[in-house]
Amino acid sequence: MSTLANVIRWFLDPLHWSGPDGIPIRLVQHVQLSAECVLIGALIALPIGILLGHYGRFGNLAINVSNVGRAVPSFGMLVIAFQVFGLGDLPIIISLTALAIPPMVTNSYVALREVDADIKEAARGMGYRELAQVLRVELPLAVPLIMAGVRTSAVQVVATATLAALIAGGGLGRYVIDGLDQGNYTKLFAGAILVALLALATELALAGAERLLVPRGIRLLRAPTAHRATTFKVA
Amino acid sequence: MAGRVFLDIVDPWINWDWLSTHGPLFLAALEQHALLTAIAVVIGTALSLPLGVAAHRWGLLRNPVLTVSGILYTIPSIALFSLLIPYTGLSVLTAEIGLVSYTVLILIRNVMVGLESVPKDVLDAADGMGYRPLARLLRIELPLALPAIFAGIRVATVTTIGLVTITAVIGLGGFGELILEGLVSNFHTPLVVATVLSIVMALVADLSLAAAQRLSLPWARTA
Repeated sequence: MSTLANVIRWFLDPLHWSGPDGIPIRLVQHVQLSAECVLIGALIALPIGILLGHYGRFGNLAINVSNVGRAVPSFGMLVIAFQVFGLGDLPIIISLTALAIPPMVTNSYVALREVDADIKEAARGMGYRELAQVLRVELPLAVPLIMAGVRTSAVQVVATATLAALIAGGGLGRYVIDGLDQGNYTKLFAGAILVALLALATELALAGAERLLVPRGIRLLRAPTAHRATTFKVA
Repeated sequence: MAGRVFLDIVDPWINWDWLSTHGPLFLAALEQHALLTAIAVVIGTALSLPLGVAAHRWGLLRNPVLTVSGILYTIPSIALFSLLIPYTGLSVLTAEIGLVSYTVLILIRNVMVGLESVPKDVLDAADGMGYRPLARLLRIELPLALPAIFAGIRVATVTTIGLVTITAVIGLGGFGELILEGLVSNFHTPLVVATVLSIVMALVADLSLAAAQRLSLPWARTA
């Protein structure tokens, strides 16, 4: 039990709330880096998944990208990127972005695929052109599942960003990795709590964003949080 | 780690000479990796079958089980391992508590989905034929749920193989240990080979399980 008492004392120590290794700075680093990677990943993955889903092409590819992505050890990918690109944020951004892509491709593909064929036909019958049909009919219906993919990716990116401390990255992972290196279990435990809370907060915040993004008419049709099209955990 | 000296030295991505003399290193890593994965998947399956059945049986449990497992699943493995270290140390137990938990969280969902997918007509027919609840569960519902459960075992196995590499930070890791070794010593060969072998291992495991599924579940074969 003394671990918990020490951890509480660690959190109450004002020293840990200021300076370059303070919690606020580490948290901002972690969130900023993760957000950048999820955003870049989404800009790449969502158009691909949406296009493939809309045209119903290369379904195997869209599904299997997640299966292959799951098999790639995020830790090995980070370290290899570090050896290729050297010190700095670049190797971290590249590997985190790469692992953010598969769940978003798979989910957005499935999301567009699952739009009812009758609805698409009705849209066409009402005179929607293809682009308008995608933007105004299919996408709103696909939002819950697309956002589930974004959530999956974001949580995995936040988790893997912790490992980035192994290759000299910043963020909350510093406490975990430094705590391990120094045999300082208090710091390790405190860092782990912060990382776990951030992952949960990411999940909850994006679940909230999903509720805001789903049009009200569709919210009435389905449960608020959609199932995920793929189970994806790499870190 | 601050000085980046290796760029001056020509370190090939794979040093075949070194590799040819260090086979046992990779065999030992493979053994540890396979063992850690097998323990997690076997114990995880044994735990999630009764839990999934219970959650399916008592509808009240369904949403709490899915919510709690969803929450636990989002906790990063490195955080979970770290939270356990003060209590269970740098040990196999620490690694397996984490790995088994994630396996259970994946499988419990698939057990429930599998059981829910059994058609109502089939259940009615079984009842009409005089099956008691336990016999109906074991001989009708579970066999029909097996394809979904098998799919879960495949996902859980591949996921676990990936997560095992992260246990390198608590002194285990299988291939992850060699990845860490390559990072610390700035030597590319163990790092690259171990990463590739970890991917190959995951794909081989996935394909073997798919083959095992086809062989053992003839009623679930689809074109």
